[in-house]
Amino acid sequence: MSSSTDWPLWEVFVRSRRGLSHTHAGSLHAPDAEMALRNARDLYTRRNEGVSIWVVPSSAITASSPDEKDPFFASAADKPYRHPTFYEIPEGVKHL
Amino acid sequence: MNDAPVTAPPRAAALALGDDALVLSHRLGEWAGHAPVLEEEVALANIALDLLGQARILLSLVGDEDELAYLREERAFRNLQLVEQPNGDFAQTIARQLYFSTYQLFLYRQLAAGDSAFTGLAAKAVKEVAYHQDHAAHWTLRLGDGTAESHERMARACGALWRYTGEMFEPVEGLEVDWRALEDSWRESVAGVLERATLTLPDGPRSGAWRAGAGRQGLHTEPFGPMLAEMQHLHRSHPGASW
Repeated sequence: MSSSTDWPLWEVFVRSRRGLSHTHAGSLHAPDAEMALRNARDLYTRRNEGVSIWVVPSSAITASSPDEKDPFFASAADKPYRHPTFYEIPEGVKHL
Repeated sequence: MNDAPVTAPPRAAALALGDDALVLSHRLGEWAGHAPVLEEEVALANIALDLLGQARILLSLVGDEDELAYLREERAFRNLQLVEQPNGDFAQTIARQLYFSTYQLFLYRQLAAGDSAFTGLAAKAVKEVAYHQDHAAHWTLRLGDGTAESHERMARACGALWRYTGEMFEPVEGLEVDWRALEDSWRESVAGVLERATLTLPDGPRSGAWRAGAGRQGLHTEPFGPMLAEMQHLHRSHPGASW
């Protein structure tokens, strides 16, 4: 028997309710996409957590590198005006 | 279910279906800690738990579920000989799953469409069983149409268990089922899966002198005794133990 390390790794995304986005739930090993879906069903939705599942080969995901954290994210930290809460709502504005 | 009092379920039928589910549940539970991969262990345990749930409902229709499960002698069990067969290699477990879950699927579909003491239970169980059949079919395809070794093992397993399949279509007293139609649907479905898996439906004897199967009459095969001993020893050693 092959061990699970011979099987590719899959990332599992579960949509918990209609109208919500798929959210990352975890990962698992499976020989192919169809079996990955079934394993995901058993591992992540057996307590009625989902209405839809995506599985994606982990190798297909390109992730941002921790080394690039500062240029990627830190420069947004001192720009509070990018948040809507930065602005005061003038008196008299309705329907907001 | 309506409010009208349902007629008492036929005892023999509830025992037969309940024992099938209980015994197969225990066999699948034996994979815990031994399955080839963690993900598959969870899948088999899930199926085992579905079956245990069915067994509890069915045996409760007959009497005290714990007494029935843990204090009956081998000869008092009414399960098919197919479900008591040992797990063997993974292919044998999958072949057993394919044969049995396909049988249960078409049987419960008929019961769910009918009007008997089993209608409500069957309607609920049929969704679980459809998944069990799907799981078995997908693995049959991968093993049959996989490597030379997996193909050979799957073919061997399907052949080895074939002689236990005839028993499934013997009428059970108290079940209003078209057994002929059940066998036709079963054969068509299993043959279709095997064909897609590059395997062939075994054509060995399912009747006559070589035919196995008197589980419904309480006659069981040699591996059943040791399985029962393991399943029952805790309850028998510590009556009423709970946790």
